[in-house]
Amino acid sequence: MAIGRIAWVPVLFLAALAAGAFLPLAIMALPGAGGEIAEALGDPVVWRSLRFTLVQALLSTGLSLGFAIPVAVALHEMRDFPGRGLVLRLFVLPLALPQIVAVLAIVGLYGERGALSRLVESAGVDFPSIYGLAGILLAHVFFNMPLAVRVALGGLSSMPAEYDRLAHQLGMGFAARFRHVLWPFMRPALMSAASLIFMLCVTSFTVVLTLGGGPRATTLEVAIYQALTFDFDIARAVLLALVQVAVTAFAFAMLTRAGGEVSAGLTLGAMRPFATRRNAIAGIVAMLVIVVGTVFVAAPFVVVFWRGLAADLSGLAAQASVRSALATSLVLGALAAVLAVGLALTLALGMARAAAQRGFTGTPSASERLLGQASSLILVVPPVVIAAGWFVSIRRFGDVYGAAPIMVATINAAMAVPFAFRLLAPSASSMMERYDRLCRQLAISGFARLRLVTWPLLRRALLLALAFSLALSLGDLGVIAIFGSQDVQTLPYLILQRMGSYRTQDAAGLALILCLMTMALMMFADRTGVGSAEARTS
Amino acid sequence: MTEAAVSIRCDDVRFRYAPGAAEMRFDCAFQAGEMTALVGPSGSGKSTLVSLIAGFETPHAGAIRFGDRDMTRVPVSERPVSMVFQDNNLFAHLRVFENVALGVSPSLRLTAQDRATVEAALEAVGLAGYGARRPAELSGGERQRVALARVIVRRKPVLLLDEAFASLGPALRVEMLDLLASIHEDRAMTTIMVTHFPEDARRIAARTVFLADGATMAEGPTDTLLDPDVAPEAVRAYLGQSDRRPA
Repeated sequence: MAIGRIAWVPVLFLAALAAGAFLPLAIMALPGAGGEIAEALGDPVVWRSLRFTLVQALLSTGLSLGFAIPVAVALHEMRDFPGRGLVLRLFVLPLALPQIVAVLAIVGLYGERGALSRLVESAGVDFPSIYGLAGILLAHVFFNMPLAVRVALGGLSSMPAEYDRLAHQLGMGFAARFRHVLWPFMRPALMSAASLIFMLCVTSFTVVLTLGGGPRATTLEVAIYQALTFDFDIARAVLLALVQVAVTAFAFAMLTRAGGEVSAGLTLGAMRPFATRRNAIAGIVAMLVIVVGTVFVAAPFVVVFWRGLAADLSGLAAQASVRSALATSLVLGALAAVLAVGLALTLALGMARAAAQRGFTGTPSASERLLGQASSLILVVPPVVIAAGWFVSIRRFGDVYGAAPIMVATINAAMAVPFAFRLLAPSASSMMERYDRLCRQLAISGFARLRLVTWPLLRRALLLALAFSLALSLGDLGVIAIFGSQDVQTLPYLILQRMGSYRTQDAAGLALILCLMTMALMMFADRTGVGSAEARTS
Repeated sequence: MTEAAVSIRCDDVRFRYAPGAAEMRFDCAFQAGEMTALVGPSGSGKSTLVSLIAGFETPHAGAIRFGDRDMTRVPVSERPVSMVFQDNNLFAHLRVFENVALGVSPSLRLTAQDRATVEAALEAVGLAGYGARRPAELSGGERQRVALARVIVRRKPVLLLDEAFASLGPALRVEMLDLLASIHEDRAMTTIMVTHFPEDARRIAARTVFLADGATMAEGPTDTLLDPDVAPEAVRAYLGQSDRRPA
């Protein structure tokens, strides 16, 4: 049972990494400084951040769902519309678009001198400022509305094909079909989408850091960052981290209850269209909804390309700081992705092995559940909180900036583990179910088994997980914002710096580079995913 | 009342599921008010043919006519057709009564008269008093009875059954076939029944169309078409009795 024992290595690793979040607490307790934290309890910043965190997350969730429902229904109704597949592919891209890139694009569109705001103002209407709650909500809807659409369509694809056929044959009108056929299948999917979006927005860092305006629009994570980098108020940072973990633990419990999955919306089933009678007005309304939704999601990408191409790209490429940031990003991202996939694969194989021991029947054992939950630990203790904990602890004893590369790579890896795990687990489980006994009987084991059985069967899932992990790591700003310095800079960090020093042209050029890298990875993953779906059905 | 029965013709209908897939060819006729069985090996195109007639698939050549009317491109909801699938004929979250009532009013706005119609149909299929139950509380046979009750209230001149009783045990299947035969006797719908049991066809279908390799191969009275002594060679191969001729 070699795999059985090895599976606990990633569990211990992830637990130790997450425990770093609470390390400062232990250290501070030593010199009897617990009073400092008690004092921070009276700090209005803490409670104001908590309230804002919850309010913006609730509003973001509500708005994302509110816009997603009509778009999802329209896409379901217009299933014979030829661009449907393209729209659904577009809707997967925001999942992996670095937040800093999206923020730049949103500022470029809706900001003070943005393309859309100038258009509106030229018509004599005042365009509200996007700094503060409005901008944060806009960015969150951009990220999460497409996700909710895909999750809702996923719910609809779990509907038996006969229902759809019957509904049309019985001549049910749209209202009756929505109420009796579509909604019962969309509702549970939307519930899990809601808890997932709430979870993502509660831990949103980059969007709030860049679009949040001052103390009135600060979330817990941004408050932690500010406490560490500007105020050096360790006690407040520790208290904020504790409150944040309490909030995410609550959100995660809700997500688990709603049956949500962090990787929801990454894969979608296909549907066979047939001719239906639709009245012209309904068709026009549905098309309009699809077009508005698509433009809303596509426009930021267009802006990234438009403004990025206008930047002095060759000049940027010549800058030593850009080259070194690019190299750092690639090296740390690759390390993080490989580590993430390694951890996730070990967990997935361990869980499949445990499931094999009960013959894949009955309820999952305790160790299976523990392995599954370990992969999600980072959702409860978010990256910024972990980074803050390690930052405070290391600063006590050694060179905090020297440790930066290791911390960035490991925490970013942990961040990608839940996604990589969800992508690998189904393939690992079906491989174990089909071939484990055969392998043992033929005595295929060790490296031979890895080469002859595991790799050919898991290759697609592994590449998909690797591409997605790399895209996530390349785009992360949370950990590097805390650990970054003159010596260790990644592309998102450099973009943040150029934005801060009002070198917007440079930021736009760098954003284009980062966007191209992550989108290329997502397209590669999308292709790989499609390929594996075909392989399964043939 | 049920609309007058119509005949159905498939005139050199060509269809394929995907651009590279093999082309299927259907050329056959179904007489008005008669019950016809579609028989053939699995993958021979039986389900595809009823899907084409119902409008869930569209031919890329040829025509499907109901009487004189060309139905080839008419949307599903406008074809005078009821269909019973093997599974999932009932919406699991709606009660039995509502599932049948959808056949009267697709928006479930019911008059007292409509309610009486639904109750009568449930009684006709032997499920009086089952209206308040959920599909999950019924057996497989009972669920198909509910589907037949909906066929009764819909009063459409065409009825398509796609392996509707295939998942039931032999005794129950015979029971359901007899129920179907009695409904057919009452309503004289043009009925097309997909089955992979030749004895189903022999029991209640006057005529049979035989399919193989995605094409209609033979059609005729069930008695002769499925008789191992006189059936065409392809049918005999399917029946598996080609070498058992009486001496």
